[in-house]
Amino acid sequence: MERNKTFHRKKICVFFFAVLFCGCVLLGRLVYLMVFRGEYYSKLATDLQQRERQIKAARGKIIDANGVVLASNKSVCTISVIHNQIEDPEAVINMLVKELGISEERIRKRVEKVTSIERIKSNVDKETGNRILSYGYAGAKGDEDYKREYPYDDLASKVLGFTGGDNQGIIGLETVYDSYLQGEDGTILTTTDARGVEVDNIGEERVEPVPGNNLHISLDYNIQMFAAQAAEKAYLQKDADSVSVLVMNPKNGEIMALADYPEFNLNEPFTLIEQYEEYAGTDEEQDCLNQMWRNHCVSDTYEPGSTFKIITTCAALEEHVVSPDDSFYCPGYIVVEDRRIRCHRTQGHGAENFVQGIENSCNPVFITVGQRLGVSRFYDYFEQFQLLKKTNIDLPGEAATIMHREDNIGPVELATISFGQSFQITPIQLVTTVSSFINGGTRVTPHFGVRVETPEGEVLEELTYETTEGVCTEETSATIRQLLEKVVSEGGGNKAYIEGYEIGGKTATSQTLPRSANRSISSFLGFAPADDPQVLVLVIIRNPQGVYYGGTIAAPVAREIFSNILPYLGIEPDQAAKKDEKTEE
Amino acid sequence: MVAGKRRGKKNPTYFDYNLLFITIFLLCFGLVMVYSSSSYTSANKYGDSAYYLKLQLRNILIGIIPMFFLAKIDYRVWKRLGTMAYIGSFALCTLVLIPIPGLTRSSHGQSRWLWLGPVSFQPSEIAKLAVIVFMATLIERTCRQLVEVKSLVKVLLIMAPLLGVIAYNNLSTAIIIFGIIVCMLFVASPRYLQFIIVGVIGIAFSLVFVVAASYRGGRIEAWLHPEEAGDAGYQTLQGLYAIGSGGLFGKGLGESLQKMGNVPESQNDMIFSIICEELGLFGAVSVILLFILLIWRMMIIANNAKDLFGALVVSGVMSHIAIQVILNISVVTNTIPNTGVILPFISYGGTSLIFLMAEVGLVLSVSRGIRLENVSL
Repeated sequence: MERNKTFHRKKICVFFFAVLFCGCVLLGRLVYLMVFRGEYYSKLATDLQQRERQIKAARGKIIDANGVVLASNKSVCTISVIHNQIEDPEAVINMLVKELGISEERIRKRVEKVTSIERIKSNVDKETGNRILSYGYAGAKGDEDYKREYPYDDLASKVLGFTGGDNQGIIGLETVYDSYLQGEDGTILTTTDARGVEVDNIGEERVEPVPGNNLHISLDYNIQMFAAQAAEKAYLQKDADSVSVLVMNPKNGEIMALADYPEFNLNEPFTLIEQYEEYAGTDEEQDCLNQMWRNHCVSDTYEPGSTFKIITTCAALEEHVVSPDDSFYCPGYIVVEDRRIRCHRTQGHGAENFVQGIENSCNPVFITVGQRLGVSRFYDYFEQFQLLKKTNIDLPGEAATIMHREDNIGPVELATISFGQSFQITPIQLVTTVSSFINGGTRVTPHFGVRVETPEGEVLEELTYETTEGVCTEETSATIRQLLEKVVSEGGGNKAYIEGYEIGGKTATSQTLPRSANRSISSFLGFAPADDPQVLVLVIIRNPQGVYYGGTIAAPVAREIFSNILPYLGIEPDQAAKKDEKTEE
Repeated sequence: MVAGKRRGKKNPTYFDYNLLFITIFLLCFGLVMVYSSSSYTSANKYGDSAYYLKLQLRNILIGIIPMFFLAKIDYRVWKRLGTMAYIGSFALCTLVLIPIPGLTRSSHGQSRWLWLGPVSFQPSEIAKLAVIVFMATLIERTCRQLVEVKSLVKVLLIMAPLLGVIAYNNLSTAIIIFGIIVCMLFVASPRYLQFIIVGVIGIAFSLVFVVAASYRGGRIEAWLHPEEAGDAGYQTLQGLYAIGSGGLFGKGLGESLQKMGNVPESQNDMIFSIICEELGLFGAVSVILLFILLIWRMMIIANNAKDLFGALVVSGVMSHIAIQVILNISVVTNTIPNTGVILPFISYGGTSLIFLMAEVGLVLSVSRGIRLENVSL
């Protein structure tokens, strides 16, 4: 038997120290990894272990001129189940069936599906969500969410617009002011295992969402209601295709109401209204939705007809080719080149001055005036009036004016343009252009947005709009106001007359293309008080059945609106004016 | 130094309780860490968070039997069985290479398992113990000739067939066995230079092998740049994330996040990374110190063994444990390329754990042979 020799012991010691040395090297390596590289690796590990979930930011409200909230948010819940965390599947299924009213079969399928997280139902109202959470069943989760809510359903639907699933505006003001309204989404950082399943007992890290800013608009809930009711009434009475009512402050371009009946329910923007119901589920459904969402005052052009005579008048007055006292003779027609253009009164208006001509809305008078202006000067005024540019209203999808090219305008075209036919403009363009004539010559930008405030009520931005002064002279403006006041007090617009008020206005009746279809558009543009216009109303009735004269059917609608909103706006009936008129008569 | 009088005054005998307690402590700590690192994934996979804990506990209970048995029996008995152990393990390791349905089993594309009824085991783990006993027998007989290079080569040639068979599909075990052989020869031989040469050759050899073997090719890249190596670097990188997020004092026992499926099979080879994450640098240093303490105890026993055979057996066991600890921690800390080596006593394991415990039993048996009057510390 060999004895354990000294050199063996020595060598065992050498071996031990070699091991010790290796241990020290590894210790050094550990110190390097855990102390000096610790931050780097733990950050990478955290990135790997955490999953981000979005918390929707509350979208800013849309608030009317008086503080009425027209668009806000409703707190809702998204109910989901996490398969791996469910302890008692039967209880969870029963509870969800009871609370959500979904068939057991569907819920069972989702609960038993092996996924990291399975969404059961979104947009569950908060109370139901809280009730579900109060059961305290493991694996059933409710995530807070917001749903856009429009308290007045179809009020100003085409103006306000609605939002899509990602909180983005789809039409209307919701689109234009999206960046102000949106806010910043927050995040919930949850720790998950390698499969992405949330680890239960570790708290969440939250980055709170920043709510969007509130948009204050010039629209007035009450005026909008008056306008909408009047539009609906006319729509039903005349069995029209649609009725638009636009109420604007001609001095600064603030729109107080824009009703475009039929409207749609903003809370269910994808449900077709009665008019299109038959197309639900067909290929045309999307077209019908687009049609339903379309704002006719902004996105559609039409032949303005006689209301355009205001523009012809303004150009002629500016150019001094006509004065109110000028005499004309209307035989019921006028020959332009080889064409006989008839007046709407076939037997003719006979001898009349310009004031009577506009009261009668006499076509031969305006054709004569147009001829006095000539194509080139007339066209220059279109440019000066900014009639050929868009109005830049703060609504999406504004249509451009469709006008002849200057060198294509012959005598016949000139004649038809003079009384508002053979070209197309949008209703908002007409309103904006006429506003500049009656407010003393300042072209304004029509708009809704007034200011943006933070959720706490601090003013973030006062919205400003471009204006151009000197579109026409103050003198011309005054003359036009007087002329149009006469139209209402004595001429074709008399159905809009309200005792005690001086209202200016102009009626129009135009046939739509093709003329053979016998469809017409009746309209009335009015403003009050005539000497200092504070409110301008445009009524357009598309394809009315039966009587279709603007003066007969559109003017009374405007009258009804005026009689409601003038007292509301604090414009009192002028007793003196009333007396004066009577003595004159 | 705990010295006990067990067999009356005439025969003062020694039993190294230090070693026993360190081993027990390591095993218990291992149980805790196996549970901590595996509970989340095993609850998901098997519906039982204690799945691996139970298996590990069962393996430890099984392991206690050979450990106790070997500690009781005089270790000199095994001298006679040295050659047989070598031949037997060689046969088993060869058998495992032949695909026999119902008997051999492969996992991860490598056949390492023998399947006997309900019990499966890795013959290469048996080979480690067999090599230690056989080498001790061989060296004791030829001790005087070991001065010459020729006889060293002869010993290596005798071991070559077994090494080859094992290396064929389990390179890390072959490296460990080669390391044990070199260490035991180093202890037995009075020379140094030869071993430095052998060591250099050995390292060069394994490097060549590592680079050449195709399935290991990606591991070099994964070692140098784990961030860019994609799937090959995944395990290493996840381990580093775990270690790095531990910091000085760790996240606390049971608080590891990387064990939740990010570090694959975190109860096995990568358990040290979870220890680092949960217990921090402090815990990692403690574990390393425990192993150093264990090896130090073994050194004491080897130096005081009453014969060369005992000293050699203890040196073998000591080198086995030391090599595995160093390799494992090196792999986990990405100090060397990734290779599958478990952390002794702590990692979850079956055959390896039982045989490690058996080896400790053998060392305890040697410690019982120490005559107290000769103890030198």
